[in-house]
Amino acid sequence: MKKTPLYEKHVILKAKIIDFGGWAMPVQYTNVIDEHKTTRSTASLFDICHMGEIEVKGPQALDLLQLVLTRNLADQTIGQVKLSALLNKEGGIIDDLTVYKMGENSYMLVTNAIPKDRDWQWIKLIQQDKHSDCTLEDISDRTGKLDLQGPRSEEILQKLTEANLKTLRFYHFCEAPVAGFPAIISRSGYTGEDGFEIYAASNVICEIWDKLMIAGSQSGLKPAGLGARDTLRLEAGMMLNGQDLDESVSPLEVPYSWIVDAHKEFIGKTALMARKNSGIGSKLVGIEMTGRGIARHGYKVLNGGKEIGIVTSGTFSPTLNKAIGLAFIDINFSTPGTEIAVVIRDTMTAAKIVKLPFYKRSK
Amino acid sequence: MSKQNPKDRLYSRDHEWIKDDGKGIVIVGITDYAQEMLTDIVFVDLPEIGRKVVAHATVAVVESVKSVSDIYAPVSGEVIDVNTRLEETPELINQDAFGEGWIVKMRLDDAGERKMLLSADDYDEMLKEEKS
Repeated sequence: MKKTPLYEKHVILKAKIIDFGGWAMPVQYTNVIDEHKTTRSTASLFDICHMGEIEVKGPQALDLLQLVLTRNLADQTIGQVKLSALLNKEGGIIDDLTVYKMGENSYMLVTNAIPKDRDWQWIKLIQQDKHSDCTLEDISDRTGKLDLQGPRSEEILQKLTEANLKTLRFYHFCEAPVAGFPAIISRSGYTGEDGFEIYAASNVICEIWDKLMIAGSQSGLKPAGLGARDTLRLEAGMMLNGQDLDESVSPLEVPYSWIVDAHKEFIGKTALMARKNSGIGSKLVGIEMTGRGIARHGYKVLNGGKEIGIVTSGTFSPTLNKAIGLAFIDINFSTPGTEIAVVIRDTMTAAKIVKLPFYKRSK
Repeated sequence: MSKQNPKDRLYSRDHEWIKDDGKGIVIVGITDYAQEMLTDIVFVDLPEIGRKVVAHATVAVVESVKSVSDIYAPVSGEVIDVNTRLEETPELINQDAFGEGWIVKMRLDDAGERKMLLSADDYDEMLKEEKS
């Protein structure tokens, strides 16, 4: 298994380590519920070094990204982050990724860990095919990433940087030293809380981790693992690539259909428009258990005894104290309030469709 | 660190315990080591009273935030009572696996089946091997 630069630290902290797509990652240090609640009430630090970073630079960098990504990036400003999707020719989602505009003709793509190589090969293929005048570089190995998430993130990070974090808006970033090391500070995350994604060279990321833990000790900062990351993102109604969606799913069927800009050309658009015209059959929706039980990935969803879909993510929500999930179901049953049943160990258990997100922080 | 495994009961290799009242009734639960491995237990699926189970068959299901785990009957018999407190407070298993966090009571079919189970000392030995 591949290890992040922080692996030894996780072992010393007695984290439970799991295989996440070939990466040895901490799933929890104490327990998921504690780490989840700490993130919602205080702040947590996550090792996210497994995620991928790809640089795209050159005169035609924007042209290439406009062609491979669904979101219109023409109006993106330097210092802004945009969520987008990378599609195959059939309109299926290869990856949902974020685009950082670093400068004119200079971008960084932040990809999910598992599809990173697939993303790279696909974008490279299109670049070569179009003779696009730009360079692509996979900088994942030399780039470390830490997510500092939770309401007290700003006060903690502010101790280690001269950048004025008060003025840094959501989904915007700045380049400024953190603990003396060059870094990118992005106000964004995958938890539904305020927080930051911090990028720095992988050979200094351990030191930044330590400095953050010290800076946050008074505020109650603790490390958190992928277990809490999963329950946090699910409460916030966010999808997990490879679990809630794969290349057979198009952006029209997921809650972020707004990431598609139909006013520009992009790879997969023709297929996507054809899918749209013939009618979308299924949709990814939020579900909440009303009967006793927890829906889990792969469980069947029924309505009136008829199978209408499948659960893609399901857990017990530590914040809401009930079982929640995402399910990919027949669009005719996707209206919030619709009563459904989830088959849990051969028992039909009552549930209903609910609006996403399950949890929204108060501002 | 796990709590000590009490000597007044027998253990299965799947980390369940039984406590015998000497009249053919046993209380079944999971060990402190098992609850530590499962961590934050958030749901327990209990069997119906009257259900007959054979040894090694699933008698209950315990879920943590991340995982779903079958609890196997260490011996064959009939479920005569379940710990209904676990429906509202499943975390009792985390807090007191050998006491308040018991799961079911069973009437033994065959007292001889207890011979298949481990003493506290043998179970301690097995855990040592599992941890090393």
